[in-house]
Amino acid sequence: MASRILRKGLIFLVSLVSASVVVFAFMAVLPGDPARVALGTNATPEAVARLHEEYGTDRPALVQYWDWVSGLAVGDFGRSYVTGVQIGPQILDRFQVTLWLVLSAMVVALLIALPLGIAAAMRHRRLSGTLLSGLSQVGVAVPNFLVGIMLITLFSVHLRWLPSGGWTPPAEDPWGFAQRLLLPAVSLGLVQGAILTRYVRSAILDVLREDFLRTARAKGLRPHQALLRHGLRNAAIPVVTVLALQLATLLVGAVVIERVFVIPGLGSLLLDGVGDRDLLLVQGVVMVLVLAVLLINFVVDVLYTVLDPRIRTAAP
Amino acid sequence: MSGVADHGGGWNGDRAATEARGAARTVNASLVTGGVLVATVILTALLSFLWTPHDPVHNDSGARLLDAGSPGHWLGTDKFGRDVASQLMAGARITLLVGVVAVGIAAVVGTPLGILAGMARRGVGEFLMRVNDLVLAFPALLLAIMFGAVFGAGTLTAMVAIGIATIPNFARIARGGTLQVLSHDYVQAARAAGRRPVGIALRHVLPNISGLVTVQCSVSFAIAILAEAALSFLGFGTRPPTPSWGRMLQESQELLFSAPALALWPGLAIALAVLGFNLLGDGLRDRLDPRLAERRT
Repeated sequence: MASRILRKGLIFLVSLVSASVVVFAFMAVLPGDPARVALGTNATPEAVARLHEEYGTDRPALVQYWDWVSGLAVGDFGRSYVTGVQIGPQILDRFQVTLWLVLSAMVVALLIALPLGIAAAMRHRRLSGTLLSGLSQVGVAVPNFLVGIMLITLFSVHLRWLPSGGWTPPAEDPWGFAQRLLLPAVSLGLVQGAILTRYVRSAILDVLREDFLRTARAKGLRPHQALLRHGLRNAAIPVVTVLALQLATLLVGAVVIERVFVIPGLGSLLLDGVGDRDLLLVQGVVMVLVLAVLLINFVVDVLYTVLDPRIRTAAP
Repeated sequence: MSGVADHGGGWNGDRAATEARGAARTVNASLVTGGVLVATVILTALLSFLWTPHDPVHNDSGARLLDAGSPGHWLGTDKFGRDVASQLMAGARITLLVGVVAVGIAAVVGTPLGILAGMARRGVGEFLMRVNDLVLAFPALLLAIMFGAVFGAGTLTAMVAIGIATIPNFARIARGGTLQVLSHDYVQAARAAGRRPVGIALRHVLPNISGLVTVQCSVSFAIAILAEAALSFLGFGTRPPTPSWGRMLQESQELLFSAPALALWPGLAIALAVLGFNLLGDGLRDRLDPRLAERRT
């Protein structure tokens, strides 16, 4: 098993390095010279050359790449070409905001998916179960930003219960923080919950067919007792896997929700960077998001290897 | 993610028969509902080439923000006085265009890659799948924003980005299907008879995995529609004045306080189109493989 994990770790590292090359190469072909963008169209060639030297963008691409990537390894993302501000602390700051949003969305998704998915599986082949499945189908089809807009319309415009957007750090004003987090978290979590419901239903249905559950029923346990005592734990592995993989989807999906609710998270930073043509900033944010996706996949892979006895004991 | 779908359940004949009958019922419901919704979107898009109630991009300063049900404007008008119903109809074109191109790119590139990964020597197949995983690390939305930053935002960049991001899904499905087909005796026989790999791929593998690929097309279409809507909403998709459902939503957001209904129509259109393609995919999957009907996820 150790060699298996080691191999996965190696693949993760190779993927990460490849991803950094892709991101760097991608931004390097960007039309428009960052120095010219920073100085405006009337800049003299001397001024542009001076700024190039200051940024280090006059050096060969390979040197620039090495400079960037070796900085990344120690958390140094460089200085923005546009604002001159250090990018690393900015990303860290915004990442915390996005993390709050994503984690609370995940809680919302679980609160929806567990009861609905289990109910849909238990009422399999009955009208109520089919209705629940249909409901989750509809939920999957609704874009999260539409949910956000509808929630704002209802709770901010009509009822005036909650603010329509903005952000308050939790340490500053916990109540204001919770108020502002609620609608975006529900918008992001609702759709994910609908998707997760289908996985929960399917996992429970699979477990319900297992022999050990039939044995439990034969012992005289009622369906929900058998499921609670013997089924849920077995259904958990696939569900936890999907949940972890959804974390990656949520991180990227948060970009749109942050725009809807004017939340200063990683997504807003990315979009602002693109708008200002702030290359290094965009490069940094994209790299952080890609790292997160790769890391999540790696961790899930390793956990799967450790948790699932069938994989654990299989020959590598 | 094979772990989710691959669990073999206890399966006995009696129950299987009952479940297959039940499956047939759901098949029809999903297939018919999905088919009707998809057909509606396609027909609306086609009709919009011939006729819309008004010119969808015509600004009429005298008819701004009319309510739904106003004379001549069933669904009202937006802040520029453009007819909402006409914009919705024309927006269906962009939705379908993006879906067709994105899914086309993904299927045409991803399917052969998957077959190759399944048929090639183990090292080559493994390498291809690693590259595949690398592409998976760039979700459609992120890739499209990067493309937008580099090549400029627009329908074309959005379609291509969504297409590239979807390639891994097709490659994965195709590889899984290929491995399954290759394990059959008749393929061994064809090999023994000296048929070349390309011949086997075209004659045996492709026809046998075409069902899987078709289902994936339908599901990916739904994802592409959602991605295009999100991108247009963010300003990285279809440029004005071309009508697009995502951008209609974005334009409606600033008017939530005065004209909330403006968000409703494009939102409903997106949701129904996505629902249609998802249901169609589900229905096709059940039709093509009744054993899968019960373990849909």
